[in-house]
Amino acid sequence: MAVATLAFYLFACTAVAAGALVVLSRNPVHSVLWLILAFFSSAGLFVLMGAEFVAMLLVIVYVGAVAVLFLFVVMMLDVDFAELKAGMAEHLPVGLLIGVVLLTQLALALGGWAFSDAAPALREAPAEAVGQVHNARALGRLIYDDYVFLFQAAGLILLVAMVGAIVLTLRHREGIKRQDVLKQIHRERHEAVELLDVKPGQGI
Amino acid sequence: MEDLLREYLPILIFLALAVALGLVLILAAAVLAVRRPDPEKVSAYECGFNAFDDARMKFDVRFYLVSILFIIFDLEVAFLFPWAAAFPDHGELAFWSMMVFLAVLTVGFAYEWKKGALEWE
Repeated sequence: MAVATLAFYLFACTAVAAGALVVLSRNPVHSVLWLILAFFSSAGLFVLMGAEFVAMLLVIVYVGAVAVLFLFVVMMLDVDFAELKAGMAEHLPVGLLIGVVLLTQLALALGGWAFSDAAPALREAPAEAVGQVHNARALGRLIYDDYVFLFQAAGLILLVAMVGAIVLTLRHREGIKRQDVLKQIHRERHEAVELLDVKPGQGI
Repeated sequence: MEDLLREYLPILIFLALAVALGLVLILAAAVLAVRRPDPEKVSAYECGFNAFDDARMKFDVRFYLVSILFIIFDLEVAFLFPWAAAFPDHGELAFWSMMVFLAVLTVGFAYEWKKGALEWE
């Protein structure tokens, strides 16, 4: 168990340090790379809690896809970051003020917050002990029956995201030749090649 | 819980070794390598010309579209995985709820195919 404790502190410290570096690093591409490190260490923390499936999902979805999306956004922005940072000193007090306000609000909200006594009984799906059934299976028993409407709502949200992404970003350029596979397959030899009998010394 | 963590021990050792090896290589380069910096070494070579632009240029927005579509189908597969893992425990409802989910996403797929979002000009 000592190894688990050590691993916990290692992953936790890495996550916090990487999170700080996301904000502090000068180059936004480096920020995204630090973000990936933070995702990885949180995946390690999930494994330590026994939530393997969530950990693997974090690696597959966040590291594999969301981080790439962030990189694209950073590349696409084309902002001169040196110029943006120039006004840092004069805007710092305002930024700090907003940060302090947000922090006090969070402290006020979370300070008076506690679990109700009835909360464990009210939970619809008490989790099974980790050793008995593995994560993905325990999840699979729950999502598709007990939470069927939420699951379908997730499907609809994905559909809306897909349609939205296409509507917002798809622009067909005019005057570009596209590949038409059916047309290519149905092309006959006599449409493409013509044999000419050219006499010597004459043009066509 | 203990058993689960013990199964992950090789991965932890692997991670530690990978990090250690990376650090050793970087530090070895910093400690052992001969360093004689010279502005000529980083200037353009002979008749090459100086860079006239930043390496960061605007990407085509279509890369973004492709990666969003990738994330959506990635999530679809992520939902399929626990469904497959718990398949022996499922009743009718669980089976058909997944079928409806897949049908909804297939509608989206057909839309995106028809729209030509999968083509690259």
